[in-house]
Amino acid sequence: MFQLKNVDYVVTDEKTGAKKEILKNLNLSFDKGKITVVTGHNGSGKSTLIKLLMGIEKPTNGQILFDDKDITDLAVNEMANLGISIAFQQPVRFKGLTVKDLLDIANERSTNISDACDFLSLVGLCAREYLDRELDNTLSGGEIKRIELALALAKGGEVFLFDEPEAGIDLWSFDDLIGIFKKLKDKTIIIVSHQKKILEIADKVLLMSNQGYQMGERDEILGNMSPSKCARLEVRDE
Amino acid sequence: MNSIDKDLLAQVADLHSVPQGSYNIRKNGESVGRASDSDIEIVSKKDKQGIDIYVRKNVKNKSVHLPVIVTQSGFEDLVYNDFYIESGADVVIVAGCGIHNSGDKTSTHNGIHTFHLAKNAKIKYVEKHLGLGNGTGGKVLNPVTKIIMKEGSVCEMETVQLGGVTYSNRKTNAKLGKGAKLVIKEKILTTDKQEAKTEFKVELLGDGSSVEVVSRSVAKGESKQKFVSKIVGDAECFGHVECDGIVLDKAQVVSVPEIEAKNVDASLVHEAAIGKIAGEQLVKLMSLGLTKEEAEAKIIKGYLN
Ligand SMILES: Nc1ncnc2c1ncn2[C@@H]1O[C@H](COP(=O)(O)OP(=O)(O)O)[C@@H](O)[C@H]1O
Ligand SMILES: [Mg+2]
Repeated sequence: MFQLKNVDYVVTDEKTGAKKEILKNLNLSFDKGKITVVTGHNGSGKSTLIKLLMGIEKPTNGQILFDDKDITDLAVNEMANLGISIAFQQPVRFKGLTVKDLLDIANERSTNISDACDFLSLVGLCAREYLDRELDNTLSGGEIKRIELALALAKGGEVFLFDEPEAGIDLWSFDDLIGIFKKLKDKTIIIVSHQKKILEIADKVLLMSNQGYQMGERDEILGNMSPSKCARLEVRDE
Repeated sequence: MNSIDKDLLAQVADLHSVPQGSYNIRKNGESVGRASDSDIEIVSKKDKQGIDIYVRKNVKNKSVHLPVIVTQSGFEDLVYNDFYIESGADVVIVAGCGIHNSGDKTSTHNGIHTFHLAKNAKIKYVEKHLGLGNGTGGKVLNPVTKIIMKEGSVCEMETVQLGGVTYSNRKTNAKLGKGAKLVIKEKILTTDKQEAKTEFKVELLGDGSSVEVVSRSVAKGESKQKFVSKIVGDAECFGHVECDGIVLDKAQVVSVPEIEAKNVDASLVHEAAIGKIAGEQLVKLMSLGLTKEEAEAKIIKGYLN
């Protein structure tokens, strides 16, 4: 179980010293074997939450627990070694490192001995064409998003954080993406998404807004939402 | 040849045994091994230190190795090598210099290389520089490369300096004729208090000529690097310079770009990006399980691969 207890995240503007509260008093738990979809307006703090769960940002208050162990102060690589994996909303590019280099790094730390190529085919890319490509800006947005996903899968683990995995992935059928999430069904899955098809596979939904958050069973959160509220949430049906 | 010599030769010229084809090995100012044939002929200069290398017409798929090693502390080497690449030839030239200095005096190698590429001649020129030995004396390299390119000739030049050189000042000058193509790839790593300077001047004089310069550098410790490039376009031509630098610790990198178009059809671009390793790159590799130090090393290694 992955838990946040009384978590606040406040940033201070270096110049003005003004404080901005981005997340306030989050109390959440994510269960093994469940898919939680995090949704809500742009700027409501979804990516920030994902970064807190990966140890990239640190809460200004509160605790993060993994199987009842306090992991609030762990470094990103220590989180990774505990079995937490992430696919970023905006994957970073590297000059001089190839897809294979990154897959090797990911694979080395995992118990998953499957061939690196398999992970590329899982995300709809032909390994032969991509293994030696540099992860620089010659790759399109969609390609780099798929590679980002493949890296998270190659690394493997117990908890998967996917930040808007569908963004930029248009040619590739959605069902394959859904298939990937379903394959990980015995893990803890947290997906940030606005996609109706992804919301449909959620066990739980975390609805975030600037006023606060609501978390519960999917139908409980979305079922009683009016169509206009759905529209405002930009739940996309495609 | 002792083990230090062998190590230097392996590292600067990838030589693990006697090379195939023509070669000249220079050690502390003297030729200690040479092979020359009618395809690639090596002749000692009479008026000064150095050799003339003739690559005969239409000679293809051959290579010539010209490594230089300096192992005597305080030695100052000055050598002139002139290359005459005849028309239609297509060869690989592997040069490079390794200095091993275990003493306290500065050892220096000044290599002045001039390439004359005839019509449609083609070369790949690889030059590695390295300093080894833990003496306090400097390991100084000042290579000068002049490239004169006739119509349709192609030169691909790769220079690599990956550590140990305390000071280097590299000057490269090229003049390109009609349709000539020059590609320069430079990789430099400096650490501690090392200094490295590179200066390029490329003149695009013939229609359809092009140059591409890609420089990637990493500066660590308190080292300093300066990259100066000047591209002059005096024809319908294309020039592209890309200078990327990663700066760590207290190091400094300066890039001075200059592009000068003397012809309306000259298209010249200079891109420079210098900075520390992007935080997002470190975070990404750490999220795959690497420590910060491992991530940094991976990024630098890939960058200079
Ligand atoms: N370090 C920071 N400094 C200032 N503002 C930040 C910082 N990190 C995030 N924010 C702000 O917090 C809000 C939430 O951002 P984010 O988590 O990316 O939202 P979402 O992913 O839901 O679109 C945004 O208004 C963003 O600008
Ligand atoms: Mg976001």
